[in-house]
Amino acid sequence: MLIDRITEGLRDPELAGRLSRQIHDAATRPLRLMEVCGTHTMAIFRHGIRSLLPAEVELISGPGCPVCVTSAGDIDQIIDLADRPGVILATFGDLLRVPGSDCKNLAEARAEGANVEIVYSPAEALKIAQATDRTVVFPAIGFETTIPVIAATALEARQKGINNFKLLVSHKVVPPALYALLGDPELAVDGLICPGHVSAIIGEKAYEPLAAKFHIPCVIAGFEPMDILSAIYLLVRQIQDGQARVENCYGRVVSREGNPRARAMIEKVFEPCDAQWRGLGAIPGSGLALRPDFSDLDARTAFGLVFHDVPEPKGCRCGEILTGKVKPPQCPLFNTRCTPTRPVGPCMVSSEGTCAAYSKYGGL
Amino acid sequence: MSTKRILLDHGSGGVASRELIETIFLPRLDNPILSRFEDSAVLPASAGRLAFTTDSYVVDPIFFPGGDIGKLAVNGTINDLAMQGATPIGLSLALILEEGFPLADLERLADSIGDAARSSGVPVVTGDTKVVHRGKADKIFITTAGVGMVADGLELSSRLARPGDAVLLSGFFGDHGITIIATRSGLAIQSDIQSDTAPLHNMVAAMLARKENSIRCLRDPTRGGIATVLAEIAEKSQVQINISEEALPLRPGVSTACELLGLDPLYLANEGKCIVIADSASAQDLLAIMRATPEGRDAALIGRVAPLDAGVRKGRVVLRTAIGGTRLIGSLSGEPLPRIC
Repeated sequence: MLIDRITEGLRDPELAGRLSRQIHDAATRPLRLMEVCGTHTMAIFRHGIRSLLPAEVELISGPGCPVCVTSAGDIDQIIDLADRPGVILATFGDLLRVPGSDCKNLAEARAEGANVEIVYSPAEALKIAQATDRTVVFPAIGFETTIPVIAATALEARQKGINNFKLLVSHKVVPPALYALLGDPELAVDGLICPGHVSAIIGEKAYEPLAAKFHIPCVIAGFEPMDILSAIYLLVRQIQDGQARVENCYGRVVSREGNPRARAMIEKVFEPCDAQWRGLGAIPGSGLALRPDFSDLDARTAFGLVFHDVPEPKGCRCGEILTGKVKPPQCPLFNTRCTPTRPVGPCMVSSEGTCAAYSKYGGL
Repeated sequence: MSTKRILLDHGSGGVASRELIETIFLPRLDNPILSRFEDSAVLPASAGRLAFTTDSYVVDPIFFPGGDIGKLAVNGTINDLAMQGATPIGLSLALILEEGFPLADLERLADSIGDAARSSGVPVVTGDTKVVHRGKADKIFITTAGVGMVADGLELSSRLARPGDAVLLSGFFGDHGITIIATRSGLAIQSDIQSDTAPLHNMVAAMLARKENSIRCLRDPTRGGIATVLAEIAEKSQVQINISEEALPLRPGVSTACELLGLDPLYLANEGKCIVIADSASAQDLLAIMRATPEGRDAALIGRVAPLDAGVRKGRVVLRTAIGGTRLIGSLSGEPLPRIC
């Protein structure tokens, strides 16, 4: 298959070695880079990329796993619906272990009798709705990458007149969160590895005002080892040269303009709102809600749900860990109340998040 | 039989139960011990020690590419015996059926169990069937137990890996796990990928016949995958196990499906594979023996056992990635869930 051949080139050990040496040569002072996206976090871990970097270059995992940053308040609502008779909660599998308040998660709710079905796409949830009299609720979680697909499903549900399909929307968008993180005067991050899939939708240009305002270099990267190593090399060079530009080393997928059709699809169904991020708190304009025209699809309206703001757990320092200000062992919850099997903050919820990795592998 | 579905009567112990066993199971599993129909099977035993194991099978879907729950229940228990170097001598078969389960499906499974027992040469010598109300079980649950004989003096254990040992894997990994997940999710994967369910006792017997003294440990990486088994061996033996990603036999189709679903193949279940820790001087001979059997055709040397680095207190597994990086491999914590991000 062609795809295998392309991947092979992007995983060439000789090229990786060469790039690694170039990064070693270029980095002459300690610097910190944040990989914004959760898929980058996983790829960096999976390919052992940290082991190829000089001690000067530290990678910090950002807030880019949409499931992990879903707030306890949102999880409580999801569990509440799953518990109701007549409801089937159809969800992506990785939501099952994300804790609500009191650390209860959907896996436990399911064991207690909640009706939870794991699906692999919103279209599959819609199919379940067509085959049942019960109301199928799909928790709409995800960034710009997932949102167009969910918008398309909403449009399909409407077009086919499927009335027992509802969305519980907790969508988040990336740029406002980056503004919030970068606006921190004590920020200790020198450069951003920008997401690949999200950027395919929002385009290179979405980062330009950010790079200029905060004077921070941004490089968009794909998910293969060579993509990530190239992005790190470009960032190191920009930082050493005192530059703060947006560079794109994922040109095979991401354009300057992004995907206007996908954005139009999002805008047709959703509108901006404030959103609560686990570990980061409320960020204005960082969420999406269904437009009033689509309120018939809204599970919150259909079931009269009220959002109870669950305060961030006392002592959780994920916000500071995400911005590189403190290390996991400095958090009072680390490995005490917050562990990989019973996570509290997003850095532990994400299986390879900074705290989970520290806990499992001793910060290696 | 007059009805087309399992009724509560079939589990009552009365006429219907007897009819079910006589029409469906006895003809397919027939052997002199089972057909005596006594309360327990009496088996001939040779000198040595007895290995005894049990496992329950609840897989959904019950039929999948490459096998079904019945074949899995026979091979899985044979493999648990084989991993201790035991020669399997007999299996028990207990079925819990959901009321309404189609008899045609039960016949199909009984065929498959019969085939698996016959082709492996390990008879089902005793059994039981119960029926529960509709909704109280999911179609069919199967428990098998197995007994086997272990030669005196043979000891295989996860505690016996030593620095310098070779780590072998008997073939492509992840096939079973990805087949089940893909079947459940409706994801169409390449047709060459199917469950690897297979009995390993003949391959193990061939290895032990020639290299008994060089084998330290045999493990079948079922749930939790090769990562979890290697982590357990490293921990129990207090060693570092170094694995090379490039040496790992992974089918391209499994790799692609894993990338699509956000799964790590190292954690996927296998049902016809074994990990061998052995004296490195015998590694090439063992590979040749394994490769000469159908179940070990694609066996590979995947790594080495090393002493723990100074300052490291706990055994660990280090993977050298294809691009030359390294990463630690931990045990599976919970059921593998597909990721969206």
